[in-house]
Amino acid sequence: MRQELERGGLPELAQVWWREPMDERRLKRRERVATAYTAVYVLPFCVIGFGLLLVDPWLFPVSLWSFVHAWVIPELFAHRGARVVFPLRKSAGERPERTALGLLGDLLDHEPRELMLGTGLAMERGRLGVWLFGEAGALLLRSGGWRVHCFCVRVEDAELPRGDRIAHLLLALREDEVGFATVANHAFTGATWRVYRRLKEHQRPALEAAIAASSAERPTAPSRTISQAPARS
Amino acid sequence: MARLVRMDRSGHTELAAWTGTDQPSYERAAALFDEQLAGGYMGIARLADDSYEQVKRLPADAELVLLRRPIAGG
Repeated sequence: MRQELERGGLPELAQVWWREPMDERRLKRRERVATAYTAVYVLPFCVIGFGLLLVDPWLFPVSLWSFVHAWVIPELFAHRGARVVFPLRKSAGERPERTALGLLGDLLDHEPRELMLGTGLAMERGRLGVWLFGEAGALLLRSGGWRVHCFCVRVEDAELPRGDRIAHLLLALREDEVGFATVANHAFTGATWRVYRRLKEHQRPALEAAIAASSAERPTAPSRTISQAPARS
Repeated sequence: MARLVRMDRSGHTELAAWTGTDQPSYERAAALFDEQLAGGYMGIARLADDSYEQVKRLPADAELVLLRRPIAGG
């Protein structure tokens, strides 16, 4: 069969020829840049908040305003990241949806299949980390589950059933993981707990499972931190 | 029995099935496969080690070959 195989990576890479491959080294660089960027815009607000309190405790309303900014800005970025796996509008009938779920179920192992039925997100272990697929995007858990990358990517047919949209992304990843991460638009990287709080409630068990899978490599996963995080209504 | 499956709006459609010993059924499947590729689909074969590879011609010894649409950054 070897002569039939195409070893050049995902064909879709031709559409984004200017992008460098999103490999381990570039993911790490993104993580460092994101951490530095967050520090750059959060620290000044914290310094201003504490500074005002030191100058005059009666300035606490202004100080509070500053702390709120330091909190809200990273939350908005995280929300942008979490949105990539939000469910899309249902576009197919019941029968195609069931048929597509059957095929997707065949592609997944038992545990990810059960998780998919409960949460709508499919889990896949890759070389770069643990992936969670939604209909129009994917989350990549790394560093033992402490850090998440959010990728916006979808199949170019909006009328496909939900299960098929996810199966397309899953197959593209299995063909070429680095190529998949390169074709996808990088939406966010940051602390997993921030994205966890922004996910739909029924999706959160999938992220918990992905953290657990990720922590198999690094035993100090943030599962306790996340389970204690206040739920967002 | 090997299968050629297209992921489409109906969920999925089995386009063809063939066996290694039945050359005419393989040739019919290969012709259908080429037709789908010309229509914008991409072929992915599941290999014996459960990995997946892009294919430009229908492999006679693959157990499952899937046809998918292109993906793009959203």
